Amino acid sequence: MPRDKKLIYLINTGLVLILFALLTVFEASGVFTRYSMSIVRLVCINVILATSLNVTVGNLGQITLGHAGFMSIGAYTAALFAKTEVITGQGGYYIGMILAGICAGIFGIAIGIPVLRLKGDYLAIVTLAFGEIIRVLIEYFDFTGGAQGINGIPRMQNFSVMFFVAVICVTLMYSVMTSRHGRAILAIREDEIAAQSSGINITYYKTFAFTLSAFFAGVAGAMYAHNIGTIGASFFNYNKSFDILVMVVLGGMGSFTGAVISATVLTVVPETLRQFNEYRMIVYSLLLIMVMLFRPEGLLGRKEFHITKVVDKLRNKFGKQSIEGGN
Amino acid sequence: MNFLLQLLNGLQIGSIYALIALGYTMVYGIALLINFAHGEVIMIGAYTAVFTIQLFLANTNLPYILAVIPTVIICTLIGMLIERLAYKPLRNSPRISNLITAIGVSLFLQNLMMKLFGAQSRSVPSILNAEPLNFFGAKISFTTLVTIVVTTILTILLQLFIKKTKYGKAMTATSEDYGAAALVGISVDKTLTMTFAIGSALAGVASILWVSSYPQAGPMMGSMLGIKAFTAAVVGGIGLIPGAVLGGLVLGIVEALTKAFISSKLSDAIVFGLLILVLLIKPSGLLGEDRKEKV
Repeated sequence: MPRDKKLIYLINTGLVLILFALLTVFEASGVFTRYSMSIVRLVCINVILATSLNVTVGNLGQITLGHAGFMSIGAYTAALFAKTEVITGQGGYYIGMILAGICAGIFGIAIGIPVLRLKGDYLAIVTLAFGEIIRVLIEYFDFTGGAQGINGIPRMQNFSVMFFVAVICVTLMYSVMTSRHGRAILAIREDEIAAQSSGINITYYKTFAFTLSAFFAGVAGAMYAHNIGTIGASFFNYNKSFDILVMVVLGGMGSFTGAVISATVLTVVPETLRQFNEYRMIVYSLLLIMVMLFRPEGLLGRKEFHITKVVDKLRNKFGKQSIEGGN
Repeated sequence: MNFLLQLLNGLQIGSIYALIALGYTMVYGIALLINFAHGEVIMIGAYTAVFTIQLFLANTNLPYILAVIPTVIICTLIGMLIERLAYKPLRNSPRISNLITAIGVSLFLQNLMMKLFGAQSRSVPSILNAEPLNFFGAKISFTTLVTIVVTTILTILLQLFIKKTKYGKAMTATSEDYGAAALVGISVDKTLTMTFAIGSALAGVASILWVSSYPQAGPMMGSMLGIKAFTAAVVGGIGLIPGAVLGGLVLGIVEALTKAFISSKLSDAIVFGLLILVLLIKPSGLLGEDRKEKV
């Protein structure tokens, strides 16, 4: 119903604005230190990474282990573009980000078309191989700065910009995934042969989802490069890909809210564990194993959390009461 | 001559890859799980070797190669422990949760060892220090020969074990169908544990061979080694013993030749490129059979 849909959009926009206002107030009043704000910015980047991988792993149902490769392409594109200083400042940041996405997307098409014929663990290992090849090549060539990487990328650490870019990215991906295209992709996840026999072009939609995922990984990479100022290829190794995959699986594959929540939790938790310093990674890996042992389908499974469902429930409850009251 | 030496070098690395790939391929064949923690078993094996030599063998007159006994025992126990604690409870869960658990176990072991023994690599005393052999004027190191011979013997023994013994046949049956295997009286649990044990024991041998040619033991050493060995298993055709060996040798030779004649920086890219090429041409690996998907 259009009226309801309008309401949903209104509520969601309102909630996002409230969250933004809260974070801004925290920042301004000093509740969040500079350090906390740097974690919040990292959360923005990781949310894009997790939701973008969720498109391939959760919605398309294909396990890929090379997401960091696309992120690195985005990061290097943005860094090299910023270094040319054709367009500087805010405008350059946005254009660099879009260029990063496009570049990563082109690689997504080029890798996706041959690779997506494979399935399951074969696809996983081949994407891992591609991720590693990208890393080795970046280290090999000179224009990417070799093993030293690129230094002195203009910093862009404006929290509000990063927050809204993350919101826009997630919204775009979510709306594509709930559209006609998205339903075709879900159909492929459920049963490839059945989807094919009902006229869905498998190759097209698989490549589409893969490219979409790569595009946003590139955008996140660009944000990362501008946030940190220095990038090196070794950061984008398979362990980074594993990190992103863990966020998706822990949140529940196929659930955007799950991916957002677990990206947030998995960025914040290791930072808060910093007081245990050397035990940090041990505790983190144990937590990971525990969650998988006790909740193998991830925190949210495939469910999405809709605020409107809560509203509906409340409305039903009160609606019933008023009827009962009327009697 | 240089070419032949590099070829031999490749055969040596390839033999080690093959031994590790055997562990991957057996576990994958039976449990359909990429056991990312397998590389960490090798790392623990290397540490065991270091400590056995430093704390015990160095004070006696015994040859250092005896370190292989505790190493294999510890590796076998660790492999069985991992299977029991982390993978067994997840047997009926989605495959991806198994994968994430494997990644978790691997991270855990890496960081545990880093906490216990530091992030620095430890140097390993040379284990097989015999004179290089003269072979038509070329010097071939003793380690190279031992590595190749040990791998050949172990592979043949493993193949015989799987084809000829009751336990080996139970493994094949279990990898075909859990339910049917249980129906004919095979204990699926025991068979799985045994598979992990054999794979990890081979990893123990591999770790000794690895540190005798690359005398360093560090907490991160198993990670890339494991991934390359898994790549080898996939190149050869996963689930197949001869496939793992062929894949390991091919990978080792390609890597050695690339390092010697093209670029040492690019060797990883070319190894992984080989994997992609093989899978695109023959999606089930060099020796694998193509299975058509049925509706």
